[in-house]
Amino acid sequence: MTKSNLLSSLSISDKLPAPRVPNAKWSKYEIIFWLLPFIAFFLFKGYLVLASQMMILGLFALSLDLILGYAGIVSLGHAAFFGLGAYTAGLLSVHGWGEPISGMLLGAIVAALFGFLTSFLVVRGHDLTRLMVTLGICLMLYEIANKAAFITGGVDGLWGIQMWKLLGIFEFDLQGKTGFFYSFAVLFLVFVLVRRIARSTFGLSLIGIREGGKRMPAIGADINRRLIAVYTLGAGIAGIAGALLAQTTQFVGLDSLGFLRSADLLIILVLGGTGRLYGALIGALVFMFAQDQIANINPVYWQFWIGLFLVIVVMVGSGGILGAVDAWRERRRARAAHSGGQA
Amino acid sequence: MLGNLFGVLFDGVAYGALLFLISVGLSVTMGLMNFINLAHGAFAMVGGFVAVELMRQLNVPFLLTLPAAFIAAAIVGFILERTLYRRLYRADPLDQVLFSIGLTFMVVAAGIYVWGPSQQPVHLPEWLRGQVSVFGVGLGIYRLFLIAVVVLVTAALFFLIERTRLGAQIRASVDNQEASAGLGINVSRVFSVTFALGSGLGGLGGALGIDVLGLDPTFPFKYMVYFLIVVAVGGAGTISGPLLAAIVLGVFDVAGKYYVPSVGAFVIYALMVVLLILFPSGLISRRS
Repeated sequence: MTKSNLLSSLSISDKLPAPRVPNAKWSKYEIIFWLLPFIAFFLFKGYLVLASQMMILGLFALSLDLILGYAGIVSLGHAAFFGLGAYTAGLLSVHGWGEPISGMLLGAIVAALFGFLTSFLVVRGHDLTRLMVTLGICLMLYEIANKAAFITGGVDGLWGIQMWKLLGIFEFDLQGKTGFFYSFAVLFLVFVLVRRIARSTFGLSLIGIREGGKRMPAIGADINRRLIAVYTLGAGIAGIAGALLAQTTQFVGLDSLGFLRSADLLIILVLGGTGRLYGALIGALVFMFAQDQIANINPVYWQFWIGLFLVIVVMVGSGGILGAVDAWRERRRARAAHSGGQA
Repeated sequence: MLGNLFGVLFDGVAYGALLFLISVGLSVTMGLMNFINLAHGAFAMVGGFVAVELMRQLNVPFLLTLPAAFIAAAIVGFILERTLYRRLYRADPLDQVLFSIGLTFMVVAAGIYVWGPSQQPVHLPEWLRGQVSVFGVGLGIYRLFLIAVVVLVTAALFFLIERTRLGAQIRASVDNQEASAGLGINVSRVFSVTFALGSGLGGLGGALGIDVLGLDPTFPFKYMVYFLIVVAVGGAGTISGPLLAAIVLGVFDVAGKYYVPSVGAFVIYALMVVLLILFPSGLISRRS
């Protein structure tokens, strides 16, 4: 008991499904998945803004998947980096530089830098300390943004973001076409990068740290350096997501740094399935869709249902949507093998 | 200036005492059951609403609503522990965090559904209002009352933990569950009773705190961070740790808001991060 307690306080779980290592070759399901946005573009022309927000949220969840699903760092303050990216890109535009791609990259750099600096505080300590430190850092940023209203607009949010044409050609239109393809392109590029990283030796060593942090030094892996690296990377990607949201909606609200955003993000990731990369994207899709549908009826009900959903998920203990799909396919394969053996 | 300082110190201590009262149950849950319970504020809110409703509907005097708040929150805590919480003692922290966030979401939504999103008023009895002057400094009577209640409760708690049979069982279970079970202690029952006690103290704190902290359905989220800070900084599983942390937090929070209002709550978040880095396992860590 004491020993298992000790271990569980070091790494988050034996119960979370083990992270998946993506195949070298893209499967046909993956290719179909990435073609879906194009179909959505033609079928649901009125929902392009919602669709871009889904993709941005998916990108944000992807960054958390990297540090939670793969490296096993529980964070309650991931919104800090999202907000930093959003405010960086937003402020840059308000003060006269509206070029989208450089603004986004700067947002990523600022967020990654902050992630790097704070990673030293996060890496040490066990889960409870990590939770509190990440939450505390995020709340500090929230308070700064709240009080420094002369820079950030405070509670009213940051208005007056003017974006230049994307690549000098495409104007950001009201219908959200440019925003849609911009978000899609960034999401896809980052996803390819993350997918590659998850397959690399670095990605494998992260899984090793999550599965048995005490044994990794024995095979010569420096745990802290790897965790710092992945935390910085996750922060940078979250910064990109924040910058994208600021640029496509041309507004930054104080809630982009709020606790609820971090909590929602955890929900999204768990809904889709941790440690699977696609779980983050599917979670964001389902979450945003459900929120859009239910919140239209009554936002209070929405909170109640999402709460009930969380309680049930934890009690039933599944690996999210993708975990359920995997279990179903496994059962079907077993049945097929069984009937094949009989014939 | 000096009188000012004394007044701020007094308010800070009263505020800290209240935070301690609410958080001490959380400290036990985290220390004893290794459970990261973000929903602890919900029990405090239950206590607060019970007190408000008793006063409004049945005209029960304020003092009598306090034990009622304690009992109601303890019962809710006991039921939830028996049905839901105990399944997750061995689960990983992420599951516990998600579960308790989910529970809090539901409680907040239900609270808004029943009471609406506005602040609940509280009518303190006449003798608890106003100020008394001590050495030329005006001290709020209610805050004196608050400190007195917390001192009494803390003394009772120390007596319970240090001198009674149940206390010995709790201490034994905190130190080593398996050995305690082997000695014939019904650890699962000890857990339930402790959880109910902690929830009840939270409810008592919630009822006492309506005048200081306010009460509306978002209470569990608004103060969640404060309770967590008290426990994380103080060291889970002890009584003296959260007490020290709560007083420090209360004084710094009140002083920060009084002397540097432009910085606001930033002071305590910064304080928390610094303290957690200096003392990763809390100011007073449990020996085991």
